[in-house]
Amino acid sequence: MDPSIETMLAHAGTCWDEQTGAVSMPVYQTATFRHETLGKSTGYDYSRSGNPTRTVLEETMARIEGGAQGLAFSSGMAAIDCILRLFRPGDTIVASEDPYGGTFRLLDKVYREMGVEVVFVDTSDIRQVEQTLARRPKAILVESPTNPLLKVADLKAIAQAARENDVLFVVDNTFLTCWFQRPLALGADAVIYSATKYLSGHNDVLAGLLVTKSKELGERLYFYQNSVGAVPGPWDCWLVLRGLKTLPLRLDRQQQNARAVAEWLINQPQVARVLYPGLEMHPGHGLLKTQASGFGSIVSFEVKDPGIVPRILEAVKVFLFAESLGGVESLITFPAAQTHADMGPEVRSKLGINDSLLRLSVGIEAAGDLIADLTQALGR
Amino acid sequence: MHYATKILHTGKDRDPHTGASSIPVYHGSTFAQEDPLVFGQYDYARGGNPTRDALEHTVAVLEGGAQGFAFSSGMAAISSVFLLFKTGDHIVVSEDVYGGTYRVLSRLFHRWGLRYTFADISTAEKVRQVVEPDTVAIFAESPSNPTLKITDLAAIVEVAREKGLVTIIDNTFMSPLLQRPIELGFDIVVHSATKFLGGHSDIIAGVVATREESWGQRVKAIQNSVGAVLGPQDSWLLMRGIKTLSARMEIQQRGAIQIASWLSQHPQIEKVYYPGLDSHPGKAVHERQALGSGAVVSFELPTVEQTHAFMRAVTLPLLAVSLGGVESILSYPTTMSHASMSPEERLARGITDRLVRLSVGLEEPTDLIEDFEQALEKSYTL
Repeated sequence: MDPSIETMLAHAGTCWDEQTGAVSMPVYQTATFRHETLGKSTGYDYSRSGNPTRTVLEETMARIEGGAQGLAFSSGMAAIDCILRLFRPGDTIVASEDPYGGTFRLLDKVYREMGVEVVFVDTSDIRQVEQTLARRPKAILVESPTNPLLKVADLKAIAQAARENDVLFVVDNTFLTCWFQRPLALGADAVIYSATKYLSGHNDVLAGLLVTKSKELGERLYFYQNSVGAVPGPWDCWLVLRGLKTLPLRLDRQQQNARAVAEWLINQPQVARVLYPGLEMHPGHGLLKTQASGFGSIVSFEVKDPGIVPRILEAVKVFLFAESLGGVESLITFPAAQTHADMGPEVRSKLGINDSLLRLSVGIEAAGDLIADLTQALGR
Repeated sequence: MHYATKILHTGKDRDPHTGASSIPVYHGSTFAQEDPLVFGQYDYARGGNPTRDALEHTVAVLEGGAQGFAFSSGMAAISSVFLLFKTGDHIVVSEDVYGGTYRVLSRLFHRWGLRYTFADISTAEKVRQVVEPDTVAIFAESPSNPTLKITDLAAIVEVAREKGLVTIIDNTFMSPLLQRPIELGFDIVVHSATKFLGGHSDIIAGVVATREESWGQRVKAIQNSVGAVLGPQDSWLLMRGIKTLSARMEIQQRGAIQIASWLSQHPQIEKVYYPGLDSHPGKAVHERQALGSGAVVSFELPTVEQTHAFMRAVTLPLLAVSLGGVESILSYPTTMSHASMSPEERLARGITDRLVRLSVGLEEPTDLIEDFEQALEKSYTL
């Protein structure tokens, strides 16, 4: 039997180097590998194709997600791009209508131009997903909870519909991570990550990860990973591995803080609406409880008066006003101008990503300091 | 300013905040902002990172381009450039490109409806013959890998201007120290920076330089959207490598000339491919467009068995894929760099099973020659 996730994570890469017994995985900062003699490879030839530090990261993720193959990329976008290379002009892809702005841009600006039909739907509504099946999509790409509106999709139901219709089902699990949600166990074919976020957790590395349920899909995607070459360097792989070791600790603490902040926000007169799936009032709360073991640490909220947004962003001291999320430091983001700027105003307003919406990525600081910071920023 | 000086003093070669002689490795994935609407120079590291930025500036300066870009590998750089084109577009590609370029075109971009013709584009006439109405670009590699065939770059530019095509070149084998295609009129230069630019066989990286800002903006949009970017540590290592480019290249090239001459006089070597040799058919053209013959030498042995025995017997060069490092590397294109081509495709390009490719490093050339001598002796006593 496999050990628990905490143990697998804490031991990721330990003593891989049998020669020295080094507890920490060595950083193989090398481009190429000598062949002992002609026709005799160590299994490693060229680091684009495979590098031991990257392998340990890829294998660790595959094991934890319960998949056959893990693949690491230079960014989360590069991981999604790798999946999209599977298709061809004329293919239809269904995607969550409110994904990360970068995913939206890649689908809308790059792949649509290359002839892919992209259908954006509200994937938290299973009927909308099912209605698209008549268009015979090749894949369904779901974020759950979504960014930044935290809508929850019924992953098991989508998986079943996808399976029955022979559609590839891919879940972007960046917000909850394998610590709270394991999409492959719920029926997804592949899970993708911006590992820049919770997996590495320190706002200090860009990386993407992908795990496939089947070996066959893993091998097809490995071909694209190697051919296109959007691979992370060994140092970045090592940083992600190092981050993974503390994933459960960080996430539990971040979640606890997020709940405290969300509950506090509800009672603030300046706040119109709080979106946090851990709150019972959140429409996806009940569903999320059936498919995940936690609610994460992203809290979005709307203020009543959009005029105070600039003041909040300028006044925060503990929260950093910056893009990205998932790190030990708390961040505050203004989606309409930052992460979702490329969506354009029409799409944003249709989705509800308006000029009153702010997104918090709650870190591991003391909850009291976070609340005090928001108190002074919402202010006066 | 002399080029060797410019390599070190690019204008972004020291930290503006502290004066540190080495650009710091900025690990931050994100950058705190002061204003909700007007962002600072950096917001998210995929879009821009100060360490990568200094490297990208260096690349632009060295290639004489408007903009430079760093990618996670040479293939990521090339793939990102191919993403500039759309379904139905046609590209003329030098027939003996790197195996990885061949693979990504034939196995990936082909599926996406990008059309291509692999052709001998060594003269303007030959290029004109393969240009189609839908042709949008010409992709060249000179000297080519691994047979070091020379393409007349001015001729390519001439046809491209006639027909309004974009010109792209893989400049990996020469590095901008020895060949600057943008000065010759090329629009886009790509490199596997893993090779001579990095120079130490310790990173995987790719770079792109564009002659004009307009192409630069398009490359930047793809770089940011697709995200095949180079990490800060690797960006820093690449900048560190570039600092010694001129010293390394000069010594490696001197060694290559010495070894190529020795090989070409060796009775047991069938054929030597090196653009610095008088016998090389492209020598005159190469001398017009480049400042040196580089440090890659390919050669053929009489039989496959002897070729294998030779590679098994050498002791100094690493038997490995890749090239351009301080250590000499001996490769077997058949099973390594060009394994993704079918045997027929390889043969059509002169890549026989008797061909080996040598990337000459910083070792003393006489040590390498001595090693080859003993290896050749062993291979002939079979």
